[in-house]
Amino acid sequence: MLQKLFKFHGGVKPDSRKQDSTRQPIRSLPLPSELIVPLHQSIGGTPRPLVRVGDRVLKGERIGAAEGPVSAAVHAPSSGIVRAIEDRTMPHPSGLPASCVVIEADGDDRWFEREPVPWKSMKGDELRDYLRDAGIVGLGGATFPSHVKLRAGAKPTHTLVLNGAECEPFITCDDMLMRERAAEIIRGAGIMAQMLAVERVLIGIEDNKPDALAAMRAAAADGIEVVAIPTLYPAGGEKQLLRVLTGVEVAAGRRPLEFGLQCFNVGTAYRMARAIDHAEPLISRIVTVAGNVEAPANYEVLVGTPIDALLAAGRPRPDTDRVLMGGPMMGFALPTTAAPVVKATNCVLAGSPSLLPPPPPEMACIRCGTCADHCPVDLQPFELYWFGRSHNFGKAQEYHLFDCIECGCCSYVCPSNIPLVDYFRFTKSEIWARERDKTAADLARERFEARNERQEREKRDKAERLAAKAEATRKKLVDTEPVAGAGTASPAEEAKKALIAAALERAKQQKSSVKPRNTDNLSADKQAEIDEIEARRARAGGRTVEPPENS
Amino acid sequence: MSHSPYLRESRSVRQIMLQVLLALLPGIVAYVWQFGAGVLIQLLLASTAALAAEAAMLRLRRKPLGLYLGDLSAIVTAWLIALSLPPIGPWWMVVLATLCAIVVAKHLYGGLGQNPFNPAMVAFCVMIVAFPAQMSQWPDAGLDFGQQLDLILGGERVLDAITAATPLDALRTGLRAGGAEAHVAEILQGAAFGTVGGRGWEWVVAGFALGGLYLLWQRIISWHLPAAFLLTMALTATLLWGMHPERFASPLLHLATGGTMLAAFFIVTDPVSGSTTPKGKLVFAGGAAFIAYMIRSFGNYPDGIAFAVLLMNICVPLIDMYTQPPVFGHKRGSS
Repeated sequence: MLQKLFKFHGGVKPDSRKQDSTRQPIRSLPLPSELIVPLHQSIGGTPRPLVRVGDRVLKGERIGAAEGPVSAAVHAPSSGIVRAIEDRTMPHPSGLPASCVVIEADGDDRWFEREPVPWKSMKGDELRDYLRDAGIVGLGGATFPSHVKLRAGAKPTHTLVLNGAECEPFITCDDMLMRERAAEIIRGAGIMAQMLAVERVLIGIEDNKPDALAAMRAAAADGIEVVAIPTLYPAGGEKQLLRVLTGVEVAAGRRPLEFGLQCFNVGTAYRMARAIDHAEPLISRIVTVAGNVEAPANYEVLVGTPIDALLAAGRPRPDTDRVLMGGPMMGFALPTTAAPVVKATNCVLAGSPSLLPPPPPEMACIRCGTCADHCPVDLQPFELYWFGRSHNFGKAQEYHLFDCIECGCCSYVCPSNIPLVDYFRFTKSEIWARERDKTAADLARERFEARNERQEREKRDKAERLAAKAEATRKKLVDTEPVAGAGTASPAEEAKKALIAAALERAKQQKSSVKPRNTDNLSADKQAEIDEIEARRARAGGRTVEPPENS
Repeated sequence: MSHSPYLRESRSVRQIMLQVLLALLPGIVAYVWQFGAGVLIQLLLASTAALAAEAAMLRLRRKPLGLYLGDLSAIVTAWLIALSLPPIGPWWMVVLATLCAIVVAKHLYGGLGQNPFNPAMVAFCVMIVAFPAQMSQWPDAGLDFGQQLDLILGGERVLDAITAATPLDALRTGLRAGGAEAHVAEILQGAAFGTVGGRGWEWVVAGFALGGLYLLWQRIISWHLPAAFLLTMALTATLLWGMHPERFASPLLHLATGGTMLAAFFIVTDPVSGSTTPKGKLVFAGGAAFIAYMIRSFGNYPDGIAFAVLLMNICVPLIDMYTQPPVFGHKRGSS
C-alpha cells in the first residue's frame, strides 16, 4: 500500500552535499590513548560518578549512574585506568567545562563481563531501568533518555516512527548506518514496538537516500513500513516528520505520545538492538567527518574520543578555519577540537571561507516575507525580528517566538542577510533572563511580605498577651479588694483606680530600690576637695565650660 | 564568531529590485512606442534625482553609502514615479516628486524598510494636490520627441495643440458634460478610447501585465496582491455597470485604463508598506482596489489609486494584526 504523505509549510532545499562521505563503508578509528567521558551526556540529571581516580575500568563498565527519573548512565568506552575526574571543555557553543571521567586506555579494549538480557521475561520497568543503565539516549541530537519515552502514555500509542530523514546537508551517519546495519535497526524498532504495543511502525527516509531506502526495505519485517519522504529541510525535525508521515500536527508544548505517536532516531533503534542482543551499552556511535577534508567518511567512534583525533582521520585541508559539530544549518562552531565526541555528536564538519562563506553585510528588513514563506512552523520571522529589535518581548511571545525550532530556514533565505535565528536566540535568552529576574523579584517580594506579616502578627500577639495580662491583674485586684469604696464608683472605675494604685506602688518600690549615687556617701576631706573645685569653677566665670578656642 | 546557519542561498535585495526594474521594461517599451520617448527623459530625471537624494540622505544619516545605494530600491521608486506622472510634465515636477518620495516618504521615516507609506504614491499625491493642472496634461499621440523634450525642459505649453485627455479623464468629463443624458457607450466613441481601454494605453497596460506575470513566475511577488486588486476592481465595476451601464464603464475598461495594471503588479506589491500575511494581502489589495474605484467613479480625481494605496497603508498594522496565520501546533483541531 502506498503511504499517503502530508506536507509541512515552508522548508528549504540546500545542496545536500552527502555524496562525498558515503563512498566509503563505515570505518573505525585507532584506539585513542585518552578518553574523556563527560558525565552529563543526556537531557536531565547529571549522573553521579561510580569510579575514583586510579580505578581500573573495563570496556562497557558503568562509570556514571543515572540520577533522577530523566537521566541515563555513562560507561567506560574502553578498558583502562581512571586518571582524573575533572572539568574539561565540552563540545558546546558556550565552551564551558563540565565534569568528565578521563580514562587512560590500556590498549587491551577488554570487555566487561556481559550477560545476555532476557528482555522478553523482563517487566516493563525492569527493562526500562536496564536501558537507562545501558545509557541509551536519542541519537538524533537531543539525547533524550530513551527509556522515558518507551513508557505507554494515558492513551494507547498506535504508531512508532523511526526518523531516518537526515535532512541536514553533509551529515550521512544515519544514511550509512541504514545501508550497512539495516537488520539491527529493524530489530531495535521491533523491540520498541513491543514495549509500546503499537499497531504499526513507519520509518521515514528522505528520497535522496535510495541505497538506505533499499537496504531498509529489504530488512523490514512485517508491520514495519519504510517510507520515502520528499527531500525538504527540515523534514527530519520530529514534529515535521510526524506531520509528513501521519498528518498529525503535534500541538505546541505537547508530546507526540499524547497523540498516540512516538518517534526515535534510527541510530537509537540500532543502539537498542545492540543493548538488548549484545548487552552493549552506548559507548560508541557513527559520526560523519565531512566538509573541508581530504577523506570525508563515516566512523564508528568511541564516546570520549577527542574530536582532534577524529578530525585528523579525515585529513582537514590547510585552509580550514573552523570546525563545526553538526551540520551547517543547525550545527555550531566548536570552541576547541580538544573537546570529546559525545552521544550527541553526529557530524564533525571542517569549514573554510569558501565552503561556509561569511555572511554578506546585514541590511534593513524590507518585510518581503520570504522568511515566512519558508518557516516550517508557520511563524512570521520578520515580525519576531522587529519585536526582538525593539525589545517588545511580550509581543514576541504573543507571536509564538518559543515555537521557533531554530532550523535556520529564515536566515538561509533572507535577501537582506539578516541573521534572524541569532536575533531569536537573543530574544529568547533575554526573555529567560527577565523571567529569572522576575522570579527572583517575586521571591523577594514574597519574603518581604511574609516578614511584614510575621512582624504584624508578633505585634498583635504581644498586644493580646499584654491585654490578657492587664485583664488578669485587674481581675486579681478587683477580687482582693472587693469592698474598697464600694457603692461610690462603678466597678470599672474601681478597677482603674486599683490599677493606678498598683502602678504607683510599683513606681515607689522602684524608686526606693534605686542604688545610691557615688557622691552620696563621701568622706569629709573628699567633700572639701569637691567644694574647692566647684569654687574655682565659679571664679572662672563659666568659661571653662567652653573648650579653649584653637587659634 | 557567526552562528548557524552557516549556509545562505538568498536572492539579495539588489537582485530583487533589479528584477522589478526588468519587469517594468515591457510596459516602458510599449509606452515609448505609443506615446513617444518623452517618458525616457522622465525616467532619467527621476533616477538621477533619486540617486542624488538617496546618497545625500545616507550621508546625512551616516549610513554605509555603497551598501544601500546599490540596493536599487531608490531607482524602483523613481521609475514608478516617472511612469505615474505625465510624460510631458516639466522637468522640475518629476524631480520634486522624486525628492519628496526619497527624502520625506523614505528617509525621514527611517530609510529602506521603515516607510509606512508607499514613497511613489506619496509623491504622486503631493503632486496631484499641488499641481493639478500640470498633472492632467498628457501628450497627444502625434507629439514627436523634439516637442516633448521642449515641453519637459520648460517650453511654452499651448495646451490644446499638444495634450489629450486620458481615458478616465475623458470619461469623467463626458459624463459631467452630458448631464442626465450622458451615456457611457457614446463617450467611448471618443478619440481617447481604443478597443478595450484607452487608445494606445491598451499596449502599455499589456506591457505592465506581462512584467507582472514575470514577477509572479520569479516568485518576487505573491499572487494574493495582484489577484485581489484586479478581482476587486473587476467585481466592483461589474456590479455598478450591471446596474447602470449608461453611467458606469465596463469592468474591462477599468482594468485596462489608468494605473490599474501598474498598481496591481508594481504598487500594491511594495512589501515594505503593504500587508505581509496571505489573508492580509488579500484585504490590503482588495481594499485599495475598492477605494480606487470609488474615487474614480464618484470622487474628484480621474484616478484614485495613489490615495487608495495610502489609505490602505494606514490600515496595514491593523490588518496584519488580525490576519496572522495559525502557527504550527496552534491550529484548530491539533489540540
